[in-house]
Amino acid sequence: MLIDVHVHFLHAQSPRGDWRLRNESRMRAAARIGITWQVSSVLGTWGERSPIYFPSPADVTLANEIQRQIVVQYPHQVRGYVVVNPNFIEHGLSEMIRGKAGGMIGLKLAASRRADDPLLDPFCEAAAQHGFPVLQHVWQHRRREYPGQEASDAVELCRLARRHPGVAFILAHIGGGGDWLHSLREVRRVPNVFVDLSGSGVDGGMLEQCLDAVGAERLLWGTDLTMDTGLAKLRYLERLMDAEAFDCVRYRNAASIFPAGSFPET
Amino acid sequence: MRIDVNTSVGSYPWRRVPGTSPDALRAAMDRAGIDAAWVFHLPGIAWRDPMEGNRWLLDACSHEPRFMPVPAIHPGLPDWERELEGLQQAAVRIVRADAPWYGLAPAGPEMRSLARATASLGLPLMMAVRFEDGRQRHPLDRAEELPAAAVRTLMREDPRVRLVITHADRSFIEEVHFGSTPDESSRIWWDISWVWGPPEDHLALLLETIGPAHFLLGSGQPLRLAETPLARLDLLDLSDDDRSRIESGNALALLARS
Repeated sequence: MLIDVHVHFLHAQSPRGDWRLRNESRMRAAARIGITWQVSSVLGTWGERSPIYFPSPADVTLANEIQRQIVVQYPHQVRGYVVVNPNFIEHGLSEMIRGKAGGMIGLKLAASRRADDPLLDPFCEAAAQHGFPVLQHVWQHRRREYPGQEASDAVELCRLARRHPGVAFILAHIGGGGDWLHSLREVRRVPNVFVDLSGSGVDGGMLEQCLDAVGAERLLWGTDLTMDTGLAKLRYLERLMDAEAFDCVRYRNAASIFPAGSFPET
Repeated sequence: MRIDVNTSVGSYPWRRVPGTSPDALRAAMDRAGIDAAWVFHLPGIAWRDPMEGNRWLLDACSHEPRFMPVPAIHPGLPDWERELEGLQQAAVRIVRADAPWYGLAPAGPEMRSLARATASLGLPLMMAVRFEDGRQRHPLDRAEELPAAAVRTLMREDPRVRLVITHADRSFIEEVHFGSTPDESSRIWWDISWVWGPPEDHLALLLETIGPAHFLLGSGQPLRLAETPLARLDLLDLSDDDRSRIESGNALALLARS
């Protein structure tokens, strides 16, 4: 069993004319790698009608509907996160209710609002109610503002996580850019934050530092936009840890934080 | 046979990196299934005189037949020509220069002189676009990344210039390749350490549009995992012949002309 906790699919209403090819490539590579379940989110119209990280309510609704269709298309391979723009509270909370009813298993917070903003609290309370983990897009050590997103770093995510100790938070793509050492120092003492290993970063020493910071019990395997680096990290991890710990990273940790029964055969 | 053309030994100035000794490099190669490595001296990129690392590198490689040294030349320092000639006499097959990290203009007069000198000696010149993701570099690590325009400029200095460029991404490679004549681009080789696989499939696209003849297996280890380029190749639909060329054939053909 292998669970990829950080996946995105494109769609026909995104700016990408090659969306179908990219989705097919992902499914083909997943089969080759041996990924059993992919937990995916769709970020609005990927910039076509509203910004990727600041999607309009209409694009959020469309994206979540598309995500549900993808789960229907691949019922034995794909599960989904509900996406919200927390600036639209009522809309976002209703999307979570619709998502839960439609079989979604987690909440994706991208970068529409800083992670430690009180505006996110009702969404985390709803996540607790629905049994959703929260995947938070993170810029590892944000030293400034970046255009196109209100990015958060581990410090801000951990503030949110401390306010909601009953919710599992996933610090997105530790290899996805920025100073991962800074993030690992922060998450070490916050037990409800899990580290998602996805991203293009395959730095020597990064996986050892992840293990040292949070142990195998709080590591989650994922790919995001570069499945080749995900495979490389998987192969390295297999040599780095014993079989029991490796299984935790491959799927047991993920299965423990998503709603029970999300991944049949676990 | 697998040759990793992009490896180093020695500590990294900007963060702690495990496995930087020659023994550790050898162990990583065994772990990943790599037979031979082209090796440079990593600390030297930040030294005022990176050529001071060459003797140590040559000595380390002399004890390990699987290593081939890639010594550094700083063409802004006095008497660099003598160092280059000495390296050639010592049977060195390829040299490198990382102008942005030396504080040199990447296509300035010093680098153009070096390109001509290596061409006249029949030596390929290796350069890195980057060593780390720009988003994670140390706040004081401010060297610019190697620009694609510099590669095009250096290539045109002499019809015998041959360049090996590591850590280039898809857009960099495309810009240089399609911004060069067929003769010019035939004298440039690229490692695959920074060319992404699925779902974006940058490597598959480049192998289709440019062809496999000028791509080399390269990891960037120990700064990056040795496993990565092989994982990348494993996710492609490559013929055995094309894979063999990328894993070693192209590198051996390049050296055969040195």
